[in-house]
Amino acid sequence: MKPRTKFIAGAILVAGTVGFLMTSGIKETGVYFLTPSELASKIETDPTFYDVGVKMGARVVTGTIERDVASQTITFEVTDGQQTYPVVYRGLAPDTFTDDVDVVVEGRLMADGTFHATSLLAKCGSRYESVPSA
Amino acid sequence: MWLALLLALWGSVVGFIAGRNQRPELVESARRATYALAGVLVVASLALIVALVKHDFNVSYVASYTSRNLPLVYTLSAFYGGQAGSMLFWAVVLATFGALAQWLTSRRYDDLLPYVAAVTSLVVLFFVATTLFAANPFVRLPFTPSDGGGLNPQLQNPGMVVHPPLLYLGYISVTIPFAFAVAALLSKRLDTGWLHAIRKWTIVSWLFLSIGITLGMWWAYVELGWGGYWAWDPVENASFLPWLTMTAFLHSVMIQEKRGMLKKWNMILIGLTFFLSIFGTFITRSGIISSVHSFAQSPIGNYFLFFLIFIVVATGVLIAKRMPMLEAESQLESMVSREATFLFNNLLLVGIAFSVLWGTMFPMISEMVRGTQVTVGPPFFNQVNIPIGLALLALTGIGPLIAWRRASPGHLKRQFAAPVTTGLIVAALLLAIGMRDFYAIMALSLAAFVVGTIMQEFIRGVGARNRLHGENYALAFARLVGRNRRRYGGYIVHLGIVMYFVAFTGQAFTTSIEASLKPGESVDLRSPWGYTYTFTHLGVSQYEELNRFTTAASVEVARDGERVGIMKSEKRQHVDSFGRASFEPSTEAGIRSDLREDIYIVYAGSVQGTEEAVYRFTLNPLVWWLWFGGAVLVAGGVVTLWPGATSGAERRRSMAGYAASITGKSSAAAAG
Repeated sequence: MKPRTKFIAGAILVAGTVGFLMTSGIKETGVYFLTPSELASKIETDPTFYDVGVKMGARVVTGTIERDVASQTITFEVTDGQQTYPVVYRGLAPDTFTDDVDVVVEGRLMADGTFHATSLLAKCGSRYESVPSA
Repeated sequence: MWLALLLALWGSVVGFIAGRNQRPELVESARRATYALAGVLVVASLALIVALVKHDFNVSYVASYTSRNLPLVYTLSAFYGGQAGSMLFWAVVLATFGALAQWLTSRRYDDLLPYVAAVTSLVVLFFVATTLFAANPFVRLPFTPSDGGGLNPQLQNPGMVVHPPLLYLGYISVTIPFAFAVAALLSKRLDTGWLHAIRKWTIVSWLFLSIGITLGMWWAYVELGWGGYWAWDPVENASFLPWLTMTAFLHSVMIQEKRGMLKKWNMILIGLTFFLSIFGTFITRSGIISSVHSFAQSPIGNYFLFFLIFIVVATGVLIAKRMPMLEAESQLESMVSREATFLFNNLLLVGIAFSVLWGTMFPMISEMVRGTQVTVGPPFFNQVNIPIGLALLALTGIGPLIAWRRASPGHLKRQFAAPVTTGLIVAALLLAIGMRDFYAIMALSLAAFVVGTIMQEFIRGVGARNRLHGENYALAFARLVGRNRRRYGGYIVHLGIVMYFVAFTGQAFTTSIEASLKPGESVDLRSPWGYTYTFTHLGVSQYEELNRFTTAASVEVARDGERVGIMKSEKRQHVDSFGRASFEPSTEAGIRSDLREDIYIVYAGSVQGTEEAVYRFTLNPLVWWLWFGGAVLVAGGVVTLWPGATSGAERRRSMAGYAASITGKSSAAAAG
C-alpha cells in the first residue's frame, strides 16, 4: 500500500472516531432545552416525560424566592408568561440570581408538578452593563 | 471617525489597484493610507479615553460603563468593557497592526504589501462602519447625568483589565497573516515567501491568544466563584476555536517550508482561523447563542453575519481559483515520518475544533432541524475531547522523535527507548499508589513521555555541542537554544502545554463540601493527597470601601491538625457615589495555592442577622500548574521570537515580530 493511501485510511479512521465520539456524546449527554409551556405540552402528549432530565429556560417570578439558609434550599417560581412551575433547588445560587432574571434550571419535573433542579444558572441580560435602577 | 471610514475605503481600493499594477506612487499611497488610518483611529480612541477619565457623562457610553467612584484603572478598562468601545478597540488595534506590518516587513515583499494594506484596510473599514452605524461610543445623551452607572463588579479585577485586550490582540493579529495569505493568492506569488514574512506574526498572535485564554481562565477562577476555570461556555469555546486552528497552522507551515506540501491546506487553515476569530468576536458580542456571558442584543449581529458570509465566499472563491498553483511539490513518503505525525496532529486539532464548534452550535442546529433545542454541556465536550486531547498529547511526544521523510526502525528504537520508559515508570508509580482513573493515568504517563522526549532532545543537543565544540554544559545549552530558537523555543512551549494537561488532570480529583457554620464550628474535608483539612469559621465582619460595601467571612484552615493560616472570602455589594446599591452582590473567593492543590473558599452568605455563615470549601488539585504552564509557554514563545543573529533579512523579520509584541503590549498597557 502506498503511504498516501495508508494516510488517507488513517485520516478516515481519525475522522470516524471523532464522528463516533460526537454522535455518542450527543446521544448520551444531550438534554432538551425547553420553555415552561413547551415542557407542559410535551408532558401532555407524553406522560413519561415526568422525571426525565431537561433544561428549562424561564424568568423568575418576582417575590417568589424563598431561601432556607440552614438547609441551603431555595424555592421559587419560574414562568414564560403562559406556564408557571415551582422550582426547588438545593445548593448555592449564583450572585446574579434575583427577582425577575432569566434563569436556566437543569433537573427533572416531578409528577407533583414541581421542578427539582440540580443546577441553576442565572443570566443577567446585560451582564457587562449596568442595570438602570428603575 | 468619518475620516477613518474614508481613509479605510481609500486604503483598500488603492491597495488592490496598487497590488495589481505595482505603480510606485499608488503603492506608496496605500502604505500612507494605513499609517494615516492608524493615526486617525488613535486620535478617536484618545478622545474616548479622555471622555472616560474626565467623567464626561454626557457621552452615553461613559455614563453606562463608569461612575465617579470607580478606580482609575477600571475607568480606563471600560474603554473595551462595553460593546461600542470594544468595536473601536478592534479597529484601532488592527489599524496599528496594519501600519506596523507595512513599516516592519522587509521590502523584499513589496509586491505583497499593497494587497496586505488593502485587506487590513477592508477589515478596519468593516469595524469602523459597524462602530459608526450600529454601536457608536460617542453618541451623546440629551441630558448630562450627574453620575454614571458604574462598571460591572465582576469586571473589576486585574485579570479582567488585561484579559479582553490580550484576547482581542490575538483575534486581531490573526488578520495580518490572513492578509498576507490573501496577498499571496492575489499576487500569485505562492512560494514560501509569504510564510517567511508572517512567521513571527503567527507566533505573536498565537501567543496573544494563549495568554488571553489563560487569563480568561484565571479570571473565571478567582472572580466567578464556582471553583473551576473552564465550563465549555460558548464564549470560551469561541476563543478556543481560532487557537486550535492557529496551532494546526503553526505546525503545518513547517511542512510547507521543509517539503513544499500542504499548500492548499495551509491557505484553508489560515482562512479558517481568521473566520473563527471574527466569529468569536461575533459570538461574544451578539448574544446569538445563549451563554452566561451574553450581552444585550444589538444590531451589530447583522453586520457581522454579512461580513462572515463575505469572508467565506471571498476566501473560498480566491482559493478555488488559485487551486492549480497550489499543487504539492512532494509526496508523503512514509507513515512513519515527521510529516505524517504533523498531519495527524492537524487532523486531531481540526477534529477538536469541529467538535467544539458543533457542540457550541448544536442548540441552534437541533432547533432548525427538529424544532426543539437540545443542548450539550461540559459532559459532551469532555467525553469527546479528552480522548482526542490525549492522542494529541501523545503526538506531541512522538513528533520530535521521528525523522523527516522516513524513519528507520533502528533510529526509532534509539529515539523512543528513554521517553517511553519514563512514561511507563510514571504509569507504574501511579498504579502503585492506588490511582485507578484511566484517563488520569493516561494523561500523566503521556505527560511524562512528552517531558522525556523534550529532555532527551535537550540532553542530546547539549551533549553533541559538548563533544564537538568542547563547550561546557551551560555554554552548550545557551548556544544550542540560541542557534535554533524556533526548535527549542517550540519545545519549551510544549513543556508549558504538558503542564496544562497536568493541571487538567487535577480536575478529576476535585472535592468539595458545603456547610453552614456558627462561629467556632468546623468541618473536615479529605484531600486527594491524603491530608485532612479542618475549616473553622471564625466570624463575619463588615466594612465600607471606596465603591463597595464588603462582608468578609474568616476561616481558620488546618492541615492534619497543623495550622495553615486564616483565609478570607468576601461578599461585595457595589454602590454608586450616592451610596445606593448597584448591581447584584458579587463573591470574592478565598484562594490559597501550592504545588499540590488549591484551597478555594466561597462565602455564600449568612443566616439572617446572625454570624452563622454558609460556605463551600473546595480542594482543587494541581490548578497552580495551569498558571505556571502559561508562564512557561510565554517564555518559550519569547525564545522563539527573540531576534537572532543569522542573516540581515532574518534579523529584520525577527525584529518585526518582536517589535510587534512589544508595541502590542505597550498599546495594551496604554489602553488598560
